[in-house]
Amino acid sequence: MIELLFHITAFKSLPLGEVGGALTHIIILSTALFFIGMYGLFTRRNMITMLMSIELMLNSVNINFVAFNKYLYPDKMDGIFFSIFIIAIAAAEAAVAIAIIINLYRTHKSIDVDDVTDLKQ
Amino acid sequence: MPENFFILFKQELWLVAIIFFLLIIKLKTKQPAVTTLLNRINVLLLLNLISGFFFNEEGRLFGKMFVTNHLYVFEKNILNLAALLISLQSTKWLENHKHIIEFYVLLLSSLLGMFLMISAANLLMLYVGLELSTIPLAAAANFDLHKKISGEGAMKLIISSAFSSTILLLGISFLYGCTGTLDFSVINNLLQQQPLHIAAFLLFFVGLLFKVSAVPFHLWTADVYEGSPVAITSFLSVASKAAAMFAILNVLNKMVQPLFITWHTVLIWVALATIIIGNLFAIRQQNLKRLLAFSSVSQVGFMLLAASANSAVSNASIIYFILIYVFSNLAVFGVISLVSAALQKETITEYQSFYTNNKFLSWCLCIGFFSLAGVPPTAGFFGKLFLLMSAAQGITFVILTIAALNMVISMYYYLRVVKTVFAKNENIGMEKIAIPVYNKIALLICVIGILLTGVLSGAYSYIISLQ
Repeated sequence: MIELLFHITAFKSLPLGEVGGALTHIIILSTALFFIGMYGLFTRRNMITMLMSIELMLNSVNINFVAFNKYLYPDKMDGIFFSIFIIAIAAAEAAVAIAIIINLYRTHKSIDVDDVTDLKQ
Repeated sequence: MPENFFILFKQELWLVAIIFFLLIIKLKTKQPAVTTLLNRINVLLLLNLISGFFFNEEGRLFGKMFVTNHLYVFEKNILNLAALLISLQSTKWLENHKHIIEFYVLLLSSLLGMFLMISAANLLMLYVGLELSTIPLAAAANFDLHKKISGEGAMKLIISSAFSSTILLLGISFLYGCTGTLDFSVINNLLQQQPLHIAAFLLFFVGLLFKVSAVPFHLWTADVYEGSPVAITSFLSVASKAAAMFAILNVLNKMVQPLFITWHTVLIWVALATIIIGNLFAIRQQNLKRLLAFSSVSQVGFMLLAASANSAVSNASIIYFILIYVFSNLAVFGVISLVSAALQKETITEYQSFYTNNKFLSWCLCIGFFSLAGVPPTAGFFGKLFLLMSAAQGITFVILTIAALNMVISMYYYLRVVKTVFAKNENIGMEKIAIPVYNKIALLICVIGILLTGVLSGAYSYIISLQ
């Protein structure tokens, strides 16, 4: 079923070859993870949880990079290096975001986004 | 390391040197006086700007990840100029602030990220530069720590920029999956009009459109602009927009030429939506910072419309427009930051009869708004003219007419502020605001820039000659 789905979708233009099956499953995993993260970002109202959802999306991209590197272009390490950079930058982003959230908690006594609506007109 | 490493990489090295210098001052037990510190920093920024005009060479560094040429150097000079002007304008606000050094470290690291983003010839470098330019700005947006709206604006900026960069990364990962490389020119050779390639490019492009706040990705703009301190707002609206626009031009010209048909259509629709919605929202704003946020959204729309033409002339006209936009927006923000620092007034109605006591500031505000609206003697008119002329190569006249009509709408909300400022009202009127020397210099540079860049045609032909 999954194989069929992929044959009729855009993904058939990837240079899959013999490794098609394994790579297909990994891409499905990462896509699912990405949209679970996006769903979490849009439905959760707690800022820490929203931040965790964004981390989930970033990690799904990491899976993509590593899988493409391993199965399609194993002779160069571009994808793996990119995912290391993503991990490092995600850490920096989380540090700044948590600092901002802590400061918000000090001024608003809440980390629920529905309580932080002073700017809405 | 090539022999001319220090020449090719000099603008970035200058910034790194200034950042380290500031950190060392911060570590010292005995801090210098506030005015001495501000003087030193402004002199350093001026030297930084001047150094960009001499000994420029073309070349590549870091395994072709970093490219520099005369055009990129010129773009970086525009950003340096913007940073210097913002620094001069924010002296009055900074004098009463405890964390001067942190402010400059954040601002300059963001500027460093923008430089890397402009010079990127590799998706990895582009991504690192993009993040380096947004993360410090989110921290800087929260600079008024005790203010509620400041924290809210910073939170909106960091969440939306993190979300947009995940979409950008998903696009990059699929581009990598399709082509097996991260290099712009190799990707350009391998891309084809295939569904997956187009989807990957669109995801990637959405991430970039978030940074220039094109419609439908503009919702964070107004809140962040209103919440941040005026210095950061002007940096966001001038430098950050300009750098993201340069990066978009770079990507479109170097990386995705095979998909021209796709992005031509996308850009036209996005640009039209951006112009119209930015204008309509700007009409009903009462806060000046919010008004300028939506006005910057609509200005970006005009730039994107010209970018859809994909020619050397359109690129030159966009860069020329950005140069003018820096001058005119900073003339307006220079006045707003002075008023905001002195009296904490930011809404339009509070500017009633501003002219009675503040003649010089009123004229600066007026010339800045005239240039943003595109009234002929100012440079803004020529900027818009060149943008629409170059855009006309690729689009139908219906679209061009809609864009031109929107310039008329924008005239309304810009000139409404000018009218409020100059309207005579004996009873109310803002008290006289003292203008420090630095602010006066910055405002004069902006006004002279607005008046001269339009009349002297040298700037435009210089930019064309750089390509």
